[in-house]
Amino acid sequence: MGVKYQNSDELQKFADRIRLHAIRSMHASKGGHVGGVLSLCELMAVLYGKVMEYDPENPRMEERDKVVLSKGHCGPVLYSALALSGFFPEEELLTLNQDGGHLPSHCDMNKTTGIDMTTGSLGQGASTAAGMALGKKMLGRKGMVYLILGDGELNEGQVWEAAMFAKQHRLDNLLVLVDWNHQQLDGYTEGICDMGNIENLFRAFGFGAVTVDGHSVEAVEKAIVQAAAEKDGIPKCIVLDTMKGKGWSVTEGKTGIHHIGITDEMMAEAEKEFAGKEL
Amino acid sequence: MKQYATDMRTALADTLIQLERDNDRILWLDSDLMASSGMNKFREAYPDKVINCGIQEANMFGVAAGLSEEGFVPFVHSFSAFASRRITDQIFMSGIYARQNVRIVGSDPGLSAGPNGGTHISLEDMGILRTLPGTMILDPCDPVQLKAVTAQSVDRKGIYYIRLMRKSKDQFYEEGTSFEIGRASILKEGGDLSVITCGTVCVREALKAAEILEKEHIHVRIVDMFTVKPLDREAVLKAAAETGAIITLENHNIYNGLGSAVAEVIAEEGIRIPFKRMGVPDSVGEVGTLDYLLCKFGMDGASVAKTAKELIEKKS
Ligand SMILES: Cc1ncc(C[n+]2csc(CCOP(=O)(O)OP(=O)(O)O)c2C)c(N)n1
Ligand SMILES: [Mg+2]
Repeated sequence: MGVKYQNSDELQKFADRIRLHAIRSMHASKGGHVGGVLSLCELMAVLYGKVMEYDPENPRMEERDKVVLSKGHCGPVLYSALALSGFFPEEELLTLNQDGGHLPSHCDMNKTTGIDMTTGSLGQGASTAAGMALGKKMLGRKGMVYLILGDGELNEGQVWEAAMFAKQHRLDNLLVLVDWNHQQLDGYTEGICDMGNIENLFRAFGFGAVTVDGHSVEAVEKAIVQAAAEKDGIPKCIVLDTMKGKGWSVTEGKTGIHHIGITDEMMAEAEKEFAGKEL
Repeated sequence: MKQYATDMRTALADTLIQLERDNDRILWLDSDLMASSGMNKFREAYPDKVINCGIQEANMFGVAAGLSEEGFVPFVHSFSAFASRRITDQIFMSGIYARQNVRIVGSDPGLSAGPNGGTHISLEDMGILRTLPGTMILDPCDPVQLKAVTAQSVDRKGIYYIRLMRKSKDQFYEEGTSFEIGRASILKEGGDLSVITCGTVCVREALKAAEILEKEHIHVRIVDMFTVKPLDREAVLKAAAETGAIITLENHNIYNGLGSAVAEVIAEEGIRIPFKRMGVPDSVGEVGTLDYLLCKFGMDGASVAKTAKELIEKKS
C-alpha cells in the first residue's frame, strides 16, 4: 500500500509536490511535455494518494489497480507520483530521458518500475486497457484499470473502437479518465478537431459518464470512488475539466506550451513559486 | 559542418510555397503536428491549402487518397513512425491499390527521434514502404537535395515516402546542385571502398569515417543513395567494380532498407566482394541522444571507419 492522505488539503499538497517534482524532472532533461503533465497532477494525487490499491514493494502484484497513461508523452507526471509513492527513489526523477536510463519521456513498462503499460503512440492505450480489464474479468481478478486519455488523443479512431469493445464486453472495471485540457499539440482542440461534448460522446458509446473539475481533488476523488464502486456491467468515463499547464505561472492559461524547454533560470523561478506553497 | 540558411522543414515549406504558384492543387495535410512540420509558414501563404486533421493518421491518409481522386496532390505528414507503421493498410489499399497519388512526409526518421524514445523511433518505415508495390522512397540528406527532389516528385504519379530530418541545417551540397530521383549522387570519390548511404544522420557519419580514413591514406567513395527505391543499380555495380568493397550505412534496421536493397543487387549479379550492412541490428530503439544511440548500434563514424578497414583487408 502506498502513502495515503486523509484530507483534501493533504491531497492537494501531494498534487503540488507531484507538480514540482515533475517540473524538476523535466528541467533535468532541459524540457518536456509540460502542458499535459501539469494538467494531470490532481488526478495522479487522487489515484496514488487515495484510491488505488498497489504495493510499491510488490509492484507487479496481480490484483492491483492498474494505470494506462495512454497520453504516454506525459510520463514525467506518473514517474513523479510513483517516486513519491515509494516505487523508486525521488533522486531518480532527475535521470529523465538520460542515455541508458530508466525514465524515458514516454511510458515504458519494461524500463520503469510501476508502469503498467507501454504507451506513446496515441490511441493505443485505449485498446490495451480494454484488454487488461477483460483479462482481469476472465480470470476473476480484482482491481480497476484506469485509462487516462488526452482530449486530442480522442481524435484517434482506435479510442472509439476500444469504447465499443468495452461496452460490448461490459467492462465495468475499466474507468476512462479524459484529461479535457482543451488543447492538443497545435492549439485549442476546438479549432483542430472539435470533439464537442465529450461526456455525451461517451454516453452515446454506452458508457456512464460525468464531467468534474479536474483540479479539485475532492471532486475527482468523489467521482472515481463512485464510478469504481458501481458493478453494473457499464464501463465508466470521467471527463476531467482541466487546464493545460495548470499550476505554474509560466504555463498556466497559455498556449504553445505543449512541449517547452526549461532553463536553469526558469527552474530557479519555479522553486521560488512553489516555496510559497509550503509543501 | 556547413550550415544552410534554414532547416529542412523550412526549406520544405519554402519549396511548397514556390510550387503552389504553378500547381494550385498541392495540399498539406497534417495530424496535429503543424508546429513540428514547420508548415505554419506554408499555411500563412496558402491558408486554404492546409488541412490539419487532428491526431488521426489513418483517416488523414484515406482523406488524402480521396482528395487525390479529385485531382489534388496531397502531402500528408506525421512522425515517420506513425506515417508508416500506423497507416500501412491505408497506404496499400486507398493509396497504391486504388492508384492514387499521395506524398507521405515522415519526420524525425530513425534514431533522430531519440528524445521521444522507442515508440517514436522508426527503424522499419523504409522496410514497410519498400515492400509495398510501386512506392518511391526518398531519404534526402540536406535542404538543397530535399528541395530538388520534392519539386520533382510533385509532377509524378504514385506514392512517395519522404523522410524529413526536420530540424537539421547540415548542408552537404552547393545550392542549385541538380538531382534526379532514382540516380545516386557521389558525395566523395575514392577507390578503396564504397560507403553507400542515405539521409542526414548517416551521410554525416559516413563523411566522418571518410575523414578518419583519409588520415591513414585510405580513400573511400561515398555514394549518397537518396532514392532508396527504386534503387540505382548502376551506382551499386560501379561501386563494386571500381572500389571492390561495399559498406551500406542506414538510419534504419539493417533488414529491408538500403542494405537489403544493395545486397539484392550484389547477390543477383553474382558479385563476390567484401560487403557489410551497417545500421540498427534488428532491435528497437530507446530514448537517448543521437550520439549515444549511434555509438550503441555501432553506426558512428569511428565504427564505420573500423569496419571499412576490416573489409579492405579482406579484398583479394
Ligand atoms: C499516434 C500519434 N500521433 C501523434 C503523436 C504526437 N503527439 C504527441 S502528444 C500530441 C498531442 C496530444 O494532445 P492531447 O491528447 O490533448 O494531450 P495533452 O494536451 O494532454 O498533452 C501529439 C500529436 C503521437 N504521440 N502519437
Ligand atoms: Mg489536451
